[in-house]
Amino acid sequence: MIKNNYIALLILAVLVTLLPLAISNVYYLGILVFVGIYTIITLGLSLLMGYAGQLSLGHAAFFGLGAYASGILTTRLDIPPVWAALLAAGFTGLVAFLIGIPTLRLRGHYLAMATLGFGQIIYIVFNSWIDMTGGPSGFGGIPRLSLFGVIFNTDLKFFYLVWGLVILGLFFSLNLIHSRPGRALRTMHTSEIAAATLGIDTVRYKIKIFVISAVYASIAGSLYAYFVTFLSPGTFGISFSILLVTMVVFGGRFSLWGALLGTVVLTILPESLRIIKDYDVLVYGTVLLLVMIFLPRGLVGVIEKVAHLGSKSAGVGK
Amino acid sequence: MSAQILQYIISGISVGSIYALVALGFNIIYNTTGIINFAQGEFVMLGGMTAASLVAIFHIPIYLAFILAVVIVTVIGALFERLAIQPLKNPSVLTLIIITIAGSILLKGIAMFVWGKETYFLPSFSGDSPIRILGAFLLPQTVWILGITGLVVIGLGAFFKFALAGKAMRAVSSNRIAASLVGINVKKMVLLSFSLSAAIGAIGGIIIAPIALMDYEKGAILALKGFAVAALAGIGNFYGAVAAGLLLGIMEALGAGLISSHYKDAIALMILLLVLFLKPSGIFGSAQVSRLKKF
Repeated sequence: MIKNNYIALLILAVLVTLLPLAISNVYYLGILVFVGIYTIITLGLSLLMGYAGQLSLGHAAFFGLGAYASGILTTRLDIPPVWAALLAAGFTGLVAFLIGIPTLRLRGHYLAMATLGFGQIIYIVFNSWIDMTGGPSGFGGIPRLSLFGVIFNTDLKFFYLVWGLVILGLFFSLNLIHSRPGRALRTMHTSEIAAATLGIDTVRYKIKIFVISAVYASIAGSLYAYFVTFLSPGTFGISFSILLVTMVVFGGRFSLWGALLGTVVLTILPESLRIIKDYDVLVYGTVLLLVMIFLPRGLVGVIEKVAHLGSKSAGVGK
Repeated sequence: MSAQILQYIISGISVGSIYALVALGFNIIYNTTGIINFAQGEFVMLGGMTAASLVAIFHIPIYLAFILAVVIVTVIGALFERLAIQPLKNPSVLTLIIITIAGSILLKGIAMFVWGKETYFLPSFSGDSPIRILGAFLLPQTVWILGITGLVVIGLGAFFKFALAGKAMRAVSSNRIAASLVGINVKKMVLLSFSLSAAIGAIGGIIIAPIALMDYEKGAILALKGFAVAALAGIGNFYGAVAAGLLLGIMEALGAGLISSHYKDAIALMILLLVLFLKPSGIFGSAQVSRLKKF
């Protein structure tokens, strides 16, 4: 099982390396950069939803904290972009930790509601703290990221950076779910009481995963800031948090590959079908509802089923 | 100065009544099903929007628009339960949350499709000439809001206490399995709870529409504040929700008037976070703690 995952990861790496050769249009390359940035967030969210069984409706805010912290630190305090991104990730992780401690102790809806409230507060702060954030019109002039003497100032360079981090994030997450904490989380998913009886500190694992997922979102936010070099609050509202959840559910929330798949489809599709962009709320609402009722395992579930039927008819499987 | 503060309190009470109605909607569904219905705010928005467009398009009297809008939204609430909640077999809590979120954005999307992004306005029920008390102005609509909220609260209290269906709903909320063993149709009660919550939400939306403009996006923030109220009172606590709703409305109005209107919405959300962190059983609920751990 884990071996298959590594093979898939290798295929993804080859695909990512070769893809820019097939795409000459800079516009499409730019979209793929956004797909990569969003995938980093949904990977974390998928860990939280699929493996810790918790829902966050505030991931756009963690994404925004990473972006705004990086933007503010680099433009106002002249901190180098890499350090700014690391500081932002540390700060966001700490914030998530503070939210997670009280709410993850309670079972059920509390993390969802607390993160929803938190997300809205952050959104209000981005809009209202005008001296620091530029308010509703935002602020620009964020420097490009430079790392080991390479300045990431073209879409191509950024593409490789972002997708390199996606692969790294996937690798790390796959290892996490196939290690001790991962096994503990899966036990929790089957039965929280059984897990607790086996001596698994369920609350601690949930907090850990929540913090990791917030840090993923923060890193994605820093990348966004250094790619777009301009920030305004509109990007970081509740509707984006819900879109992120939709991506994970649509792709399949019990698989990290589902997060990747859902993000790819739901980021590229609206770009090619104008009607989706105009009625985005209606489309995402319908998709989310239909997938939850009829395809609870998402696209990955469909692919698995088809593959299973295929092997059956070929006489390989049982 | 004191007249100024009285003015803030008056406007706080009228907005707070709506928060209380939203919170009551949350509580009814939570008590019968254990679900926090994220679409609760959308019922409020749909109520206000439907009544406003009925009056604008068909020029019917407000009381008729009121009744029609409540009926329409109630049917929507019942349909939502039938189509999205009932077909699920043994859903997890996470599944139920996501379903109600999906329902909420779907309803919001339909509202955007039907009404566009413009704001809608419903005329006041009985004119706009203010009544003066102690130097503060009281809009007639405020009186309507308080009166109708009061009627809804009393009516619901009586329904749960005396009506057979109300008693059956209470039985389901205290023990689902036992309730079905004594012959109560649990599925019907769940349907009833969604319909009832939709109706109460719609009433809130209609009575607030004359003093607050309505648009398709209004539901989310109302739901969040209604939830803050329900959490403040202790989720499931009926009369606590009314008190907490008024309290939050007043605090918000005073905060916006005396401190900063920028952060008006943040006040309710900070209260929500503080309650969740410090006393998740709510200020009026101590026996509720065991209930929180139940699901």
